[in-house]
Amino acid sequence: MSADRSEDTSRVPRSAWAERARPGAQGRGATEAVSEDTSELAAQGGSAAYLLGVADDAMVYAQRLGEWMTNAPQIEEDMALGNVSLDLLGQARGLYPRIGELDGTDRGEDDYAMFRDERQWRNVHLVEQERGDFAREMARMLWFAAYQNELYAAQLASSDPVLAGVAGKAVKEVRYHLDHARHWVLRLGDGTDESHRRMQAAIDWAAPYVDELFEDDPMSLEAVQAGLVAMAPSQLRARAQHVVEATVAEATLTMPEAPGWRSRGGRDGLHSRPMGFLLAELQHIARSHPGATW
Amino acid sequence: MYGNDVIDPNDPLNAAETESYDQARRHEDRRHEVGDDFDALIAADQRIEPRDAMPDKYRQTLIRQIAQHAHSEIIGMQPEGNWITRAPSLRRKAILTAKVQDEAGHGLYLYSATETLGIDRAELLDRLHNGTQKYSSIFNYPTLTWADNGAIGWLVDGAAIMNQVPLCRCSYGPYARAMIRVCKEESFHQRQGFEILWVLSRGTEAQRAMAQDAANRWWWPALMMFGPPDTGEAATGGHTAQSMAWGIKRFSNDDLRQKFVDMTAPQAQKLGLTLPDPELRWNEERGHWDFGQIDWDEFWRVLRGDGPCNAERVAHRRRAHEEGAWVREAANAYAAKHAEARESAA
Ligand SMILES: [Fe+2]
Ligand SMILES: [Fe+2]
Repeated sequence: MSADRSEDTSRVPRSAWAERARPGAQGRGATEAVSEDTSELAAQGGSAAYLLGVADDAMVYAQRLGEWMTNAPQIEEDMALGNVSLDLLGQARGLYPRIGELDGTDRGEDDYAMFRDERQWRNVHLVEQERGDFAREMARMLWFAAYQNELYAAQLASSDPVLAGVAGKAVKEVRYHLDHARHWVLRLGDGTDESHRRMQAAIDWAAPYVDELFEDDPMSLEAVQAGLVAMAPSQLRARAQHVVEATVAEATLTMPEAPGWRSRGGRDGLHSRPMGFLLAELQHIARSHPGATW
Repeated sequence: MYGNDVIDPNDPLNAAETESYDQARRHEDRRHEVGDDFDALIAADQRIEPRDAMPDKYRQTLIRQIAQHAHSEIIGMQPEGNWITRAPSLRRKAILTAKVQDEAGHGLYLYSATETLGIDRAELLDRLHNGTQKYSSIFNYPTLTWADNGAIGWLVDGAAIMNQVPLCRCSYGPYARAMIRVCKEESFHQRQGFEILWVLSRGTEAQRAMAQDAANRWWWPALMMFGPPDTGEAATGGHTAQSMAWGIKRFSNDDLRQKFVDMTAPQAQKLGLTLPDPELRWNEERGHWDFGQIDWDEFWRVLRGDGPCNAERVAHRRRAHEEGAWVREAANAYAAKHAEARESAA
């Protein structure tokens, strides 16, 4: 998958590059600086910002899945969703300290998780949405795991050894998440009338959040150039979407029409209403005791 | 990971780390000499297996006890489960998630053990949800601060282990084997809880106060986990005597409670926490820690349903079950459809 990185890079669509040049697009002022030193810093900052997107997606979804514990439809599912949550948490924890090295702040995992405000989080909107019914969770997990499955595969030969290491472990975990979601979508889609109706509604619900996963934000494009990842997000889409479409069809469901609105802005720290509440819950104990260790 | 840098790992912290656990694990199978007769097997301290003939009262006693234990694992997920999203660090979040997950696993394992006695999980869950079967009263107390997760691990898992180590020698094979595995994991939980409190008690003033407050609130309910006194007069009463004779119960409630106090009181000193009992002191003559009167009125009140969280725990469990009904129905419908499809294809 990552055998020929230069070829992959060349496949980044032109429009994406144009997007990057658009004024006001995720501007870290440093990219405009001219001196060698600052562009070196910028390159590192860019890597950090890219990894932050990867880590924050995992972290925020881990947090949401943690809400299922004691609330799942059966005890086996409490355990399974707990497993997925733990895997994602592990991915985020693997990346945060590395980000602290790359951005030069030397921050640790809890500095990132507990002490950043909403505007500093780079996750997509899909993962921050409130917990819905079990069908919604499986629709979200199907898309997210299908995305992560391609993403981590494209990071296996990353120029960053820490990212390559995290991806190497994660790619196996995510295959299980994808499998788990796939099987539930099949059971629910092809189960009872009620479960079919709910699963279809859930697939429809997820649709507006999908584009954001595969959007070529400037940091991702920089990351491709730096060899952090073999493919830009848009290049991950075809295979991920194929998995989702095949599952939806087998589940006797239909893919929704193109949604009338789309989530956007997560990678720029522009979030939706549930995000602030998620952070309040995640962070309030740590922030109530500044400087404390746990 | 579990704070072994600050806590001597060779110092046993709970009953599963003592010789009695290793002893309980060592079961010598002599069935080929003893044969299959129930009374002969019990007399020879051998294990009864699901296929063996057994008195109906033995079966019913075990169903009640193992189911109650399974329910306790499942209900026991709630007090700590509601802290997963609020854990103060990512490391604590991961440990807590894994712990609550372990409890779910214990519940499943114990429901399976109960099923070997001829009753299925759906029926057992109904009995939990409609109140005809109980779970440990300890989970009717609330978790008010982060430190409560430490106190639960240290005291509640600790007391549970003290109760469960002898059950590793229970005459009913599936239960004994479940307990051997469960005790090992509970032992990790207990260490993790101790370590939470260890860190808090060496932290800021607010953290120390939080730890002390949690110890104050959980100490007496933890002692109640061993059940009402059953020594002297009470020991000759129905359940206890019969369970002892059947090799289900091995020690009296009071014996286990004393062992727990003896093990835990010095640990409180290490933590720098004061247990809320002015009468707690080492008795050189007895070779045990003396402790004060337990408020048995509170015990019976909570057992009857009038504890801080009784209604909440069952309602939460029932809601999750009811909200998940359509999912379980769908899974069954799907399985049935696809079994049919396979049959007609064959
Ligand atoms: Fe347990
Ligand atoms: Fe436990």
